[in-house]
Amino acid sequence: MGGDLSSAPVAPVGPADHVRGPEGAPAVVVYGDYECPFCAALELRLGELPVRVAFRHFPVRGSHPRAFPAACAAEAAGRQGAFWEMHDALFADQGRLEDPHLWARAERLGLDLARFEADRRDATVAAQITADFRAGVRAGVPTTPTLFHAGKRHAGRLDEAVFERLANLGV
Amino acid sequence: MPVVAARQPAPDFSLATSGGDPFTRADLEGAITVLVFYPFAFSPVCTDQLSLYNEVRADLAERGASLYGVSCDAVWSQQAFKEKLGVEIEQLSDFEPKGATCRAFGVLHPGGFPQRALVLIGPDAVVRWSYEAPSPGDLPGANLLFDALEELER
Repeated sequence: MGGDLSSAPVAPVGPADHVRGPEGAPAVVVYGDYECPFCAALELRLGELPVRVAFRHFPVRGSHPRAFPAACAAEAAGRQGAFWEMHDALFADQGRLEDPHLWARAERLGLDLARFEADRRDATVAAQITADFRAGVRAGVPTTPTLFHAGKRHAGRLDEAVFERLANLGV
Repeated sequence: MPVVAARQPAPDFSLATSGGDPFTRADLEGAITVLVFYPFAFSPVCTDQLSLYNEVRADLAERGASLYGVSCDAVWSQQAFKEKLGVEIEQLSDFEPKGATCRAFGVLHPGGFPQRALVLIGPDAVVRWSYEAPSPGDLPGANLLFDALEELER
């Protein structure tokens, strides 16, 4: 542990972030976890919008015990260049997040299984996810999903008005 | 009545611990206490406030702060809730007379349940910081607790 958890502005999108979406589009930052159904729903909506999405991990173990291992799996896949593929595969089937299900996904994505297995248990991966979580706490993330856009925080299920605003950003 | 403000002494109160023992103003002395008033056990939110605070329990302990969840639910309901969430946060019940402690702290909702509120109390049993969520559906982030603790250490 250690380190500060007092309020700090949300970190801007940087090279350490996982980002996807149309080049040059406005960016949003999403704090989410793979066991949260509202996060999965948000992913689908954001995929239809002209925005770049930076995804950061916010696994809360109490309510979502499989969220942390799932985040580790996504990061481990990322080490083989398949972060978003694993990310999508996790959100697509949230009822199956146990270890054998993670292996099955890794296999389907054509990953090197031994490497995936070692990476997802790697302390650096865990530290990275914890760092995401703690930075999220400092930015005032109270729940998942929480979306930041243009310095504004939207926690929990998003209002339709927010989606509408995001949809019209590029216009 | 709004939530009890900073610099006010904590009111007299009596809550029940999970073991059924009383937890009163005297139990505040000598330690930093954070009371987390929440509306209902099992109320539906995706990632619950208590689960979030549970994740930073070690950090709070490092700063000498103990965290308690307070609601008007019965002790048994609170324990079931705690188990369901898989959290370690001690629960205190304001069941009988129902809502008396919540009223004393100024957080009793007209609907008979606590507003979502946080009260940080110093080792001298004086309130150092308090926060009431604009609506019970708003979850205050854990950063607010650490801001308040930082303020207290100054």
